[in-house]
Amino acid sequence: MPNPNPSAAQIATVVERSLARLGSGPDTVLQHLIALQQAFSFVPERGIELLVQSIDVTRAQVLAAVDFYAFLHLSPRGGYDIRFSDNITDRMLGNRQLLDDLCGRLGVEVGETRADQRVTVDLTSCTGMCDQAPAMLINGLAVTRLDEERIRHIAALVDTRVPLQHWPQEFFAVSNNVHRPGLLLRDLEARDAGLQSLLDRGADAMLAEIERAGLRGRGGAGFTTALKWRFCREAENPDKVVVCNADEGEPGTFKDRVLLTSYADLVLEGMTICAGVVGAREGFIYLRGEYLYLVEHLEAVLQRRREQGLLGRSIRGRAGFDFDIRIHLGAGAYICGEESALIESLEGKRGVTRKRPPFPVTEGYLERPTVVNNVETFLAAARIAEHGGYWFRSEGTDKSAGSKILSVSGDCARPGIYEVPFGTSVAQVLGDCGAEDTQAVQVSGAAGATLAEGEFERVLAFEDLPTAGSFMVFDRSRDLLDMVRNFADFFVHESCGFCTPCRVGGKLLRDLIEKVALGRASAHDLSEMRLIADVMRCASHCGLGHTAPNHVLNTLDKFPHIYMDRLRSAEYMPAFDLDSALAEARALTGRDDAAAHIPAEVEP
Amino acid sequence: MTEQSSFRLDGRPIPFKSGQTIMDAALAAGVYIPHLCHNPEFAPHGSCRICVVRANGREVSACTAPAALDMEVESESGSVRALRVAVLQMLFVEGNHVCPGCEKSGACQLQAVAYHCGMLDPHFKHVFPRRDLDASHPDVILDLNRCILCELCVRASRDHDRKRVFAISGRGIGSRLIVDSPSGRLGDSRFAITDKAAHVCPVGAILPRRAAYRVPIGERLYDREPIDTVGDVAAHEEA
Repeated sequence: MPNPNPSAAQIATVVERSLARLGSGPDTVLQHLIALQQAFSFVPERGIELLVQSIDVTRAQVLAAVDFYAFLHLSPRGGYDIRFSDNITDRMLGNRQLLDDLCGRLGVEVGETRADQRVTVDLTSCTGMCDQAPAMLINGLAVTRLDEERIRHIAALVDTRVPLQHWPQEFFAVSNNVHRPGLLLRDLEARDAGLQSLLDRGADAMLAEIERAGLRGRGGAGFTTALKWRFCREAENPDKVVVCNADEGEPGTFKDRVLLTSYADLVLEGMTICAGVVGAREGFIYLRGEYLYLVEHLEAVLQRRREQGLLGRSIRGRAGFDFDIRIHLGAGAYICGEESALIESLEGKRGVTRKRPPFPVTEGYLERPTVVNNVETFLAAARIAEHGGYWFRSEGTDKSAGSKILSVSGDCARPGIYEVPFGTSVAQVLGDCGAEDTQAVQVSGAAGATLAEGEFERVLAFEDLPTAGSFMVFDRSRDLLDMVRNFADFFVHESCGFCTPCRVGGKLLRDLIEKVALGRASAHDLSEMRLIADVMRCASHCGLGHTAPNHVLNTLDKFPHIYMDRLRSAEYMPAFDLDSALAEARALTGRDDAAAHIPAEVEP
Repeated sequence: MTEQSSFRLDGRPIPFKSGQTIMDAALAAGVYIPHLCHNPEFAPHGSCRICVVRANGREVSACTAPAALDMEVESESGSVRALRVAVLQMLFVEGNHVCPGCEKSGACQLQAVAYHCGMLDPHFKHVFPRRDLDASHPDVILDLNRCILCELCVRASRDHDRKRVFAISGRGIGSRLIVDSPSGRLGDSRFAITDKAAHVCPVGAILPRRAAYRVPIGERLYDREPIDTVGDVAAHEEA
């Protein structure tokens, strides 16, 4: 358990240990802060002083980072720091009732730490457990399949101060739920045949094989992988870097969790092949903080691969083929899934997206040429290296070769992992997962597309419905405005704040959606929502801002009734409540009599 | 070859050299594209999005987008102007910008750009944030009510003054400018009135003391000439 009242010596010990482990480059700051947070449930002032003394970073820069990452805090959290995952799929399974239940039992408000510092109960963005939701994090570790019984049990364990290591192990069990293995996930024995193929055939032939496969990035944007590797390989600076983007933050996505749990060898093999092709000696896995529980496992796999001669110096005995991989943790910031923000975060800074050009392949991590690929992309690369480009092309469409691993959640009988050939229809997936009476499907997460019934014959492919894999199903019992409100809140919470349209527009949009939900909106507000969405879509700095309003525009077009049914007036409603607007004036004048209020019937 | 390279900005040919952005080339050709976070003395930033233009059909920030041969760029078309006005309005409602009571009025780039773009009202619901006023420094007042998060002071202090006095903290709508000092106050920092960072603020967030009404309202930079002819306030002594 973290120690919320550390002595100066204890803080110094943690800082020294972290510095000894990771060094004192400015790029290590975030990792040191995470170490302090884990040790003490907050980042103590003395820890910041020590970091500023040891690293070329200012106090303001450290504070700015702490304030940016949702999992870092300047004041102690409870000894049990609980965060309920608050994706729409958690809400659909009743996480809010469970949250209230736990808060009631523990006598604490949401977002607060109990006076005795025993426990904090809070909310967080999707933790990647939608197939076994509702879920929570406790001191960073995932707890799944919450129900009333489990909540009662957790409250009792907290009350009796049972250390986490003595909690029932099944609380922390995370299942893979692979319901449909496909091209990549069948016959998955790791034998490093792809890596051997690289050594046998050479980097040029391997790059040609990846090119032949037509592999495109699996993180959503779909950039041609071979081209990315080639740009990096041809970049002048010889000091290349390979980064695995395991910041799986898109609401409703959890396939990388499964790949890293059960197929980590293949992912690491793919990274090593990439390193061999581009000539990198250094690699990182940027692992989202929510997957803290995977660190021990991944470190063990990395260590075993080093011992097997598959990582480190002279890989497989090949002189000059040196490559090793370190894990960097994220700390609760969706934006860090965007590759340039991820690189900023790897450098220890706030995760703000960079301008392009320059692109990461020429100037990435510490201005070095950097390949950033998704977990699934590296796994696919390892499989292609073993079986060849034509094998991969045997599935999928012309523009979207191979398969896509989907994370299916929401209203269906069998949530979990489905690997389907690109070109598979939405209806097919709905059938496979046992979805009935489906009203809508959200493809590719909160930033993706909202599909209505008439569109279920559309296909998952870059040319029709590009997707990073999130597939959330909503049946007819659902009020889709709940989804819209959830996503709008999510984007306000996760906007990095760098550019005006996303920072301000996102908030204005969310406030209007809440106005609709409160039944205080007019038709005018709906056209305002479109206007703001359009400004965000066109004028934002990065993909987050461009895609954040998609769900609003999609639902306005396809499910207008969720808005129209709630409109108070056909024309105009003020954005504020007249009576509550006078609250401050009443407080200042010490009045609260009837004449200081605007009667409800006067309101329009 | 490089001599002849040009693109078209609202139909007008603009010559450019390799490596120049749309903004660089436009400024060099004497064509004004409204902007706030851009200052040619510092690396392009691209955060305010006021300089949004449509280049070959795609919206980009002129200050960060490289100029390209025969590119068609729209800056003054109706739809781009509307976009720009909406972004300006977002900046106005996000902070507490009270032009009639602001001592920077008339030499404020936000105000001048708003006039230039024909912004007539704030349009969106005001956020009315509670923000601090830091009067701890003997020579400068830091009024965060007017900060538009352009990071020019952050960049100037870091890249020019080599002091890193400022940083942006928080995220999203909670983003805010912070000061590097033990107390977080400007008076306890290494900031000096002679710093470059003291003279790059496009709005009235960093205000030199004892200079407020040296030039009376009505006779100030943008009272005399519109921004599209005189350019950035930082390039004039009224900064």
